[in-house]
Amino acid sequence: MKKLLTSNEAIAEAVRIASPDIIAAYPITPQSPIVEKLAEMVDSGVLDSTFVRVESEHSAMAVIHGAATAGARVFTATSSHGLAYMFEMCWWIAGSRLPAVMAIATRSIGAPWNIHGDHTDIMSLRDAGWILAMAESAQEAFDMTLQAFVVSEKVCIPVAIGIDAFTMSHTAEVVVVRETKLPDRKQNYRIHPETEVAVNAVTMGDARMKARYDLARDLESSAKVIDRTDTEFGGYGGMVERYRLDDADYAVVMAGGWSGDAKEAVDMLREENIRIGLLRLRFIRPFPEKELKNLPPRVLVVDRANTGIRGILGVEVSACGVDCKNVIAGIGGKNVGVTGFYSLFKKFVDGRIGDVEWLL
Amino acid sequence: MVAVILPGNASCQGCPISMAMRCLDEIENPVLVIPAGCSTVIAGIHPNSAMKCPVVHSPFTAAPSVACGLSEAYKRMGVRANVIAWMGDGAVDISFSALSASAARKDDYITIVVDNEAYMNTGTQASLSTFWKARTTTSPAGKTEERRNIALLMLAHRIEYAATASVGYLRDLKRKFRKAGEMRGFRFIHVHAPCPPGWRFPSEKTVEVARKAVMSGAWILWEYDGEFRLSKEGERYALKENRIPLREYLKQGRFSHLDDKEIEELEKKIDEEWKTILKLF
Ligand code: SF4
Repeated sequence: MKKLLTSNEAIAEAVRIASPDIIAAYPITPQSPIVEKLAEMVDSGVLDSTFVRVESEHSAMAVIHGAATAGARVFTATSSHGLAYMFEMCWWIAGSRLPAVMAIATRSIGAPWNIHGDHTDIMSLRDAGWILAMAESAQEAFDMTLQAFVVSEKVCIPVAIGIDAFTMSHTAEVVVVRETKLPDRKQNYRIHPETEVAVNAVTMGDARMKARYDLARDLESSAKVIDRTDTEFGGYGGMVERYRLDDADYAVVMAGGWSGDAKEAVDMLREENIRIGLLRLRFIRPFPEKELKNLPPRVLVVDRANTGIRGILGVEVSACGVDCKNVIAGIGGKNVGVTGFYSLFKKFVDGRIGDVEWLL
Repeated sequence: MVAVILPGNASCQGCPISMAMRCLDEIENPVLVIPAGCSTVIAGIHPNSAMKCPVVHSPFTAAPSVACGLSEAYKRMGVRANVIAWMGDGAVDISFSALSASAARKDDYITIVVDNEAYMNTGTQASLSTFWKARTTTSPAGKTEERRNIALLMLAHRIEYAATASVGYLRDLKRKFRKAGEMRGFRFIHVHAPCPPGWRFPSEKTVEVARKAVMSGAWILWEYDGEFRLSKEGERYALKENRIPLREYLKQGRFSHLDDKEIEELEKKIDEEWKTILKLF
C-alpha cells in the first residue's frame, strides 16, 4: 500500500510490521514522532507490544537490553544527546551479542545547542560494535528498518538506522508499505529462571579479548548477510549504492539523506560531459571496504561529522588505502543543497580542493 | 530448593553481602541482576559462578531498567520469574533516577539493596548512605552530608512492598525476602550490611555490629505491605531507654575520631529519624 510518510513515520510503520515485544523510549527532537506513533499504535491495539515509558535514554537502552536478554524482540529510537546519554548501554548490548534495532534521527551534539542535522551522533557509535546503516529516503528507511530486524537477529549484533534530522525525519514522501512477516526471533542465548548461566561476569584479559575479537569478526562478516537480505528489502545494492560510477573519472563518497541532492549535482555535471559518479555508503559498520577498491582515481569524500584531523568518513576511506580529498560540510543543519554540491564538485573536478577542507 | 550461593566464593571473611545472598533461597525462580559492586565479584569471575541461579551482570547505572526489561519480557512470554535487582548503595546513588522511575511504573520485580554504607568495591569512598561523620577515603575527616533514607524515599512512590532488614537478624530478613518473593509488583528491601574491612572492625563481628546498629537505634527495622509497622525484632528500641548507648555501636575504625560532642549530635539525628518513622503509623 502506498502512503505519504515522513521517514519517522516510515520507520514506525516498519516497526509495526516487525512487531517487537518491547519498545522503550524517551522523547528527543527530532526522533520523538517515531515513538509517539508507536505509542499510539500500542494504545489503539494496532500493535501488540509493551511500551515502557522510561525516564531517560540510558534507561531506554537498558530496558531493551534486559528484555533482549530474556529473548524479546526490541526497538528504541534516539538522537544526538539522547544517544550520548545511552552510549554506555550501547556497548553493553553489542558486547552481550544481543539483537536490537534502534533508529537515530541523526543530529548535532552540543555545545553550542543545535537540533539540526549532521552525522556527529551516529558516527560516535563506530567503535561500539553496532551495525550502522544510513538511509537516503523514507522508502529506504522503511525497508532498512525491516531488514535491520532480520540481519540483527541473524548475526546477533544490534543495528542502528540513521535518518538525517528534519530533512528526512520531518519531510513526507510516498512510501510503499509492504506488509510482510519476518522470521521468528533467533538469538544465541536467553536468560530464563532455569538457565544456570551468569552473563557478562567479570573477565580477565583473555575472555574479554576473545569476545571483542569474535564481535569484530562477526561484524565484518555481517556484510554478507546484509547483501543477501538486501534483495528482499528493496534491492538497493547491498552495502553501497553505486550511482553513475561505471564509466566515471571522478567519484564522490558520502552517506545519508543529503546524498539525494548530491546525485542531482552529479547529473548536472554529467550534462556538461564531466564523468563523475557517487558511491553512497548505505552501511558505515561494517565498513564497505571491498566496495571502495574499484573507484576511479580521483575521489572526494564528503563528511557531515569531523574528527580532530579530518572528516570521519575521510579518515575511514583513507584507512582503506584510497587516496582522497575530504570536505566537511553541513554541520548543524547548515544547508548545502543541489547548487552547493554542484559548485563543490566542480571545484573538486577542477583540482581546487585541498586535502581537507571545511565548507563554511 | 537448591542453595543459591555456593561456598568458596570470593567475598571477604565476615562479608555481610554473602550472608544476605544465602537468604535468596527464600525466593522462588530468581533471576538476579547485579550491577557493579562487591556482589559482582562475589557472584564469580568468568567462567566460574558462585550463584546457582541465572545472573545478568549490568552496568552500575542500569540495574533497575535492565530488571524492568527482563520482567516485562517474561510477562509477555508467560515465564514465571522473580527478577531481583541486587545492588549496593553505590548503585542506588548512580541509578537513582532509573530506580525511582521503575518504582513509579510499579515494575514487577524485587530490589534488594545490600547497604554497606560506602563504595566498598572501589576502596571505601563515601556514598549517600554513608553514616554521618563516618570516615571514608573520600571523607577522611568524616562525612558531612546527610544520610539519605532510601527505603523511606522508595515508600513514597506508593510501591507494593518496602522493608528494611539487617544481616544481624537473618530470621527477620529471610521472612521479608520470602514475603517479597510471594508478592507481585515493585518490592524494595533495604538490608543493613556492616562491612568488616570498610568499617574497620574484626571480621568475626559482623553480626554483633549489625545487632548493635539496631539496638542503639541507628538502624530501624520496619516493613510496609499496605500497612506500616515496626518489625518485632527492633520494636522495643523505639523507646530510647531500651537502647544501648550509641557509643557501643560506634566502636568501629571509621568512627574512631569522634569526640563526645559529635556523638551527641549523632544521637540527635537518630532521635529525629525515629520521630519521623514513628509518625508514619
Ligand atoms: S568489602 Fe565488605 S561488602 Fe565487599 S566483599 Fe568485602 S566484606 Fe563484603
